[in-house]
Amino acid sequence: MSGLRVIVGCKRVIDYAVKIRVKPDKTGVITDGVKHSMNPFDEIAVEEAVRMKEKKLASEVIAVSCGPTQCQETLRTAMAMGADKSIHVEVDAATYENLQPLHVAKILAKVAQEEKADIVFTGKQAIDDDCNQTGQMVAAILDWPQATFASKVEKVDGGLTVTREIDGGLETIKVKVPAVLTADLRLNEPRYATLPNIMKAKKKPMAKKKPADYGVDVGPRQSVLKVEDPPVRQAGSKLDSVESLVAKLKDAGLVPS
Amino acid sequence: MLAKRHALGLARAGFRCQNTGARAINQLHKVAVLSSTKRQDLVRIPSHRCLSTTPAFNAQQTPATVDVKEPTVSEGSEGGIYQPKESKPVLKEPLAKNLFLGKLDPEFLVYPEISKEELEFLTELVKPIEKFFAQLDSKSIDQNAKIPDEVLQQLKDLGLFGLQIPEEYGGLNLDATGFARICEVTALDGAIGVTLAAHQSIGLKGILIAGTEEQKQKYLPQLSTGEKVAAFCLTEPSSGSDAASIQTKATLSEDGNTFYLNGGKIWISNGGIADVFTVFAKTEVTTPEGEIQDKVTAFIVERNFGGITHGKPEDKLGIRGSNTCEVHFDNTPVPIENVLGEVGGGFKIAMRILNSGRFSMGSSGAGFLKVLINLTSEHATSRSQFGKKLSEFGLIQEKFSKLAITTYAMESMAYLTARTLDSYDDPDMSVEAAMVKIFSSEGCWHCVSECLQVLGGLGYMKDYPYERYLRDTRILLIFEGTNEILRLFVALQGIQHAGKTMKELLKKLRNPLNNPSLMFKAAWRRSRGKSVIGPEVLKLEGEVHPELEPEAKILDQGIVAFGGAVEDVLSEFGNKVVHEQMKLRRLADICIDLFAMIACISRSSRSLCIGLKNADHEILLTRAFCYEADQRIKRNLYELQPSKRVKMEIDDIHRQIAESVFKQNGYAAEHPLARSY
Repeated sequence: MSGLRVIVGCKRVIDYAVKIRVKPDKTGVITDGVKHSMNPFDEIAVEEAVRMKEKKLASEVIAVSCGPTQCQETLRTAMAMGADKSIHVEVDAATYENLQPLHVAKILAKVAQEEKADIVFTGKQAIDDDCNQTGQMVAAILDWPQATFASKVEKVDGGLTVTREIDGGLETIKVKVPAVLTADLRLNEPRYATLPNIMKAKKKPMAKKKPADYGVDVGPRQSVLKVEDPPVRQAGSKLDSVESLVAKLKDAGLVPS
Repeated sequence: MLAKRHALGLARAGFRCQNTGARAINQLHKVAVLSSTKRQDLVRIPSHRCLSTTPAFNAQQTPATVDVKEPTVSEGSEGGIYQPKESKPVLKEPLAKNLFLGKLDPEFLVYPEISKEELEFLTELVKPIEKFFAQLDSKSIDQNAKIPDEVLQQLKDLGLFGLQIPEEYGGLNLDATGFARICEVTALDGAIGVTLAAHQSIGLKGILIAGTEEQKQKYLPQLSTGEKVAAFCLTEPSSGSDAASIQTKATLSEDGNTFYLNGGKIWISNGGIADVFTVFAKTEVTTPEGEIQDKVTAFIVERNFGGITHGKPEDKLGIRGSNTCEVHFDNTPVPIENVLGEVGGGFKIAMRILNSGRFSMGSSGAGFLKVLINLTSEHATSRSQFGKKLSEFGLIQEKFSKLAITTYAMESMAYLTARTLDSYDDPDMSVEAAMVKIFSSEGCWHCVSECLQVLGGLGYMKDYPYERYLRDTRILLIFEGTNEILRLFVALQGIQHAGKTMKELLKKLRNPLNNPSLMFKAAWRRSRGKSVIGPEVLKLEGEVHPELEPEAKILDQGIVAFGGAVEDVLSEFGNKVVHEQMKLRRLADICIDLFAMIACISRSSRSLCIGLKNADHEILLTRAFCYEADQRIKRNLYELQPSKRVKMEIDDIHRQIAESVFKQNGYAAEHPLARSY
């Protein structure tokens, strides 16, 4: 089963180090002039796919991103890390505000079919909306097995052994390809894109598509009512004795009186 | 053509002001350029070396090297990735040198820009480097006085060792602008910044500038990956700023195939880790007249040629992690094909190498200062004293304003210079680059010191990075040509340019009886602080956004007055001006302020025109800089004139005080409690 074709979903998100500010009209967060980068979990997925290629498990790594023109920067980064080519599915900024995991999953599924992919690899979730849905939806649409929250991926005969991070510890499962994988934090440590590779990435092909090219309707299925800052934590107070603490707790109904 | 380009520039910038632009340019070009066939006042500027400390500047040295030869300093720029070299126009009018004639090509008030694609690409390149430097442990590099091998390897893997090497030799082929942008980040650790600069700004630059195809193919691929590291060997114990006086010898073998190198070099950056050295040594050269002379020749020397030893790494004040040591050559055989350029042509190569790398100190300094301002302002906005945040105190506000102004001027000059280097075919920007170096080294030193002041005792503690920044910054004023040598270089290059044009005029001015009408004109103009030869007014205010008219007028007056001052100095001292170092220093300082004003005004004008975020803030920065530069210029102009207020000129007073100090070998005044009776 050498020569797997891997599709990696790369979302462009607000950089993890940026302090998020909510728009005054509460329709979303401020993105203008804010530093963006590749979703860290997607970066881990790209790294794993590139490592698979370096181990000759994969034959081609294709990065895909849905969103406005700036997503091309994200795809260039993926190619600088080692992806062979990329596909930018352009969604204009206004539509992008309401783009849901289902839309992206439909697009990724279509791309996977067109590119005859064996693996669709995404991050377990994006750090902006924390949806944790896209990978699972792709698997459902394609009716492929899924191995989510992967912290280790190994090749075995007829498929992959994937170690998953679950609440109680680790779970090891075996999936046949084609399959959908999502990357968890401990899967690997992504490399730095080196400057010579960034130069080379300039020459790698980037296809420009529209959702309509894949027959996907990106009309909104839900609407955002409002986006708010998390509540500010109330200041605590210091008490001078155990008695007053117990009294306070009783007042608050936190211990039986 | 220039006028057209400028008009395009203005249109691109999105506005057109009173249609004086083209007219002003025409006027400039009509200014009679007096012919002169014989060069005068050609002065060989004593050299200096990069990245190793040079001995204290010796006031006696410079005049001794006055020489009537070809100018020894010329700029070599390398083609960048953005524009094929053949498509570049020739830079017709020099920027800084023309200031000495009281002129400015208004084209320079259109701040140069790069295309959107180029900008996006650079942003992409910078990202991984920023990430790398964010997690770097600079403190331990400083404490252990060594960059760990694995960090060095990571830097090589990132591609930072071949930034300006052409792609066919495995490098990134960045142009000056791209290089400057990367330097903003690599400067965040002084030791690493210097290690990288020693490798590629000087160490291997000679091969890029003067190497043959064979030499390039042999050395550049391994140098661009960092598999081999380069160093630049010029300074010797007895030869610092005066590079032509080196003692290291290269003797040709009898069969004429090999040079044997003998001698010692000191303070060589990367001296202990380099595999390839650019070495300068004296060789015997027979002149066309049959005379035998010792002339400097440059060699590419591999460590494995044999006979090369190095001392232990020097223990330094700052940039402690960079490797600096002595390098000795004991009968090191160098095959004749490793001569760089021509035998006897080494001095010129050394100057070209040093001149070509200097502009990047502006962006390095600004990159580092921006981070420092960020850290310090966090302190100022969070620490309270007397019930107020530090940031609410006027004296602290003034400091932060000045930090921002200096940084703004620094990066404006750096990118104006870099972009001009990239936009024209091999332009001579050595004077501008020297000014960038002087301004940014002193700016950095002063700004770091002010930040420490804001931080109070905290800044003095080794637990914080600030004292390291202070130590790392101090070298900037010393290496890559001491600021003193560079000031003389700026002034003398400018004067040489002006002298060529003014030769005829000066002759007439010195012979007043034969030229009464000229004398009348001269007296009239001089009385108003203007030059005889230059235009009376440049009308620069029509070249920038109307918001900046007052600043353009300040610049205009400054340039015209400067032209007058140069004329005065030249007609008073003639060729002997090379001995007037204090006067030359003032001319250089005025020129630096004028150049910085040009960069600030043009940049903020562009920002306002294209509606950049915080453009209003930029206008304020420019306004403040121009105000202060104007004050400094006026003071320098005042001091250039013989003063009637004091008995002697201030320069004479300084000279006499220094003489007494040297005579006493120390402070010459008696103790304040001393009695004579």
